[in-house]
Amino acid sequence: MSDINFIAAVLIVMIGLYTVIAYDNLIKKIIGLAVFQTGIFIFYISLGKRLGGTAPILDPDFLVYSHPLPHVLILTAIVVGIAITAVGLSLIVRIYEAYGTTMEHEILDKEHAILDKGHATLDKGHATLDKEHEQ
Amino acid sequence: MNEHYEFLVNAALLVLLVVTAMGIARQSNLFAAAMLSSVYSLLCACLFVHLDAVDVAFTEAAVGAGISTVLILGTLALTEHREEAPHRPHHWLGLLSCGGIALLMIVGSGDMPAFGAADTPVHQHPLARHFLETSKEEIGIPNAVTSVLASYRGYDTLGEVAVIFTAGLTVLLLLWGRRSVRHDKS
Amino acid sequence: MSNEFPTSQPASDESTILRVVTKQMVPGILLFGLYVQFHGDYGPGGGFQAGVIFASGVVLYTLVFGLEQTRRAVSPQVLMRLAPMGVLLYAGTGLVSLLQGRAFLDYAALNPEHPSHGQHWGILLVELGVGITVASVMILVFYSFAGRGRRIGRG
Repeated sequence: MSDINFIAAVLIVMIGLYTVIAYDNLIKKIIGLAVFQTGIFIFYISLGKRLGGTAPILDPDFLVYSHPLPHVLILTAIVVGIAITAVGLSLIVRIYEAYGTTMEHEILDKEHAILDKGHATLDKGHATLDKEHEQ
Repeated sequence: MNEHYEFLVNAALLVLLVVTAMGIARQSNLFAAAMLSSVYSLLCACLFVHLDAVDVAFTEAAVGAGISTVLILGTLALTEHREEAPHRPHHWLGLLSCGGIALLMIVGSGDMPAFGAADTPVHQHPLARHFLETSKEEIGIPNAVTSVLASYRGYDTLGEVAVIFTAGLTVLLLLWGRRSVRHDKS
Repeated sequence: MSNEFPTSQPASDESTILRVVTKQMVPGILLFGLYVQFHGDYGPGGGFQAGVIFASGVVLYTLVFGLEQTRRAVSPQVLMRLAPMGVLLYAGTGLVSLLQGRAFLDYAALNPEHPSHGQHWGILLVELGVGITVASVMILVFYSFAGRGRRIGRG
């Protein structure tokens, strides 16, 4: 029988992953990524917890402590997480300024349109060249 | 009796967290999703306090509920916020694959050691004893998390500060200054 | 919807209560940040938390009083110098112990007679470096987001 903490961690990770996959909006994807991370945080912290223990701030009155190492790792992960969010969001702002949208499929459509236009110009150039050759 | 209460608080917080996460995932209004993610971070901080990780709870409350929400709102103000339902083909694909992986992982987590038990590999590892007993003489400060963070794993933290600095540099390169050309809506 | 972050303009006259309350709260938040920074050895807290709390105080000030006024109080030029300074303070502490003939970041080298005192000083310095970098980077990131939406020739 698995414990509810681990089940909840798995569910939260998968809800985050679903948000990243299912939505087209890039900001929504970043929010989903943040949710994904917290699922992993909960998993780690749950591993370090000891029933009947207390926070790892050493005091002669207590004997049982939770493990401090997962706390340190997750502390680091949270701060790296905000760094990821900040960089991701600033990239989204720049993408919006360049494409006028934050929806992934619209960005791809515009990108394809630009490519098609480029190909058309190339074909036209080739045709002119061929014509000159014939003459 | 005490353990029952502990279990109850734990279960209630976890249920609230999962429900809030679902709310974020289903919410098509981005502004509402940003505010919900702030609520979610506060709930997360509560759970971390309950699980004895006070330092982590502190950071999560300050970072998740404070800075990251402000940044998301700032991005929404700089871009647009449209209401948009999930992309249909992606919706079913995502639901199916995430549900499948979740099921597999939950079945797999049945083999995990019991939650909070003293005989798990995490607590049996010699490092646990070192951090909680020897650190008092070696480092001499009460907060074991600080002594592990800054002294035993000082390399980690140095690397991490470098990561923060690099991220700040990246954001400055991308966004510093005013926009030179206003985007036309055509 | 206008492409403008609400901070580009100071709050209107109606928000007197907001401004008075903010003026009372910001010093408290900054002081709390310093407490968390230097009390991290004994209770929950440390450089990361302190840096973020410090930054959130500045963010609150910006939201109420506008970006320009905050930039005059907390200059971005100073922050841009402080951010690498924190990393250098951290690495410099490690370098000092290296020059004393001990391992990199072995703070016992800072006070060879009392290794645990050396550890204490080292942790204090290192956490200060972390706090300085985190606070200045967070404020700078917020400034970049807030300053982006302003149109040319205004504010």
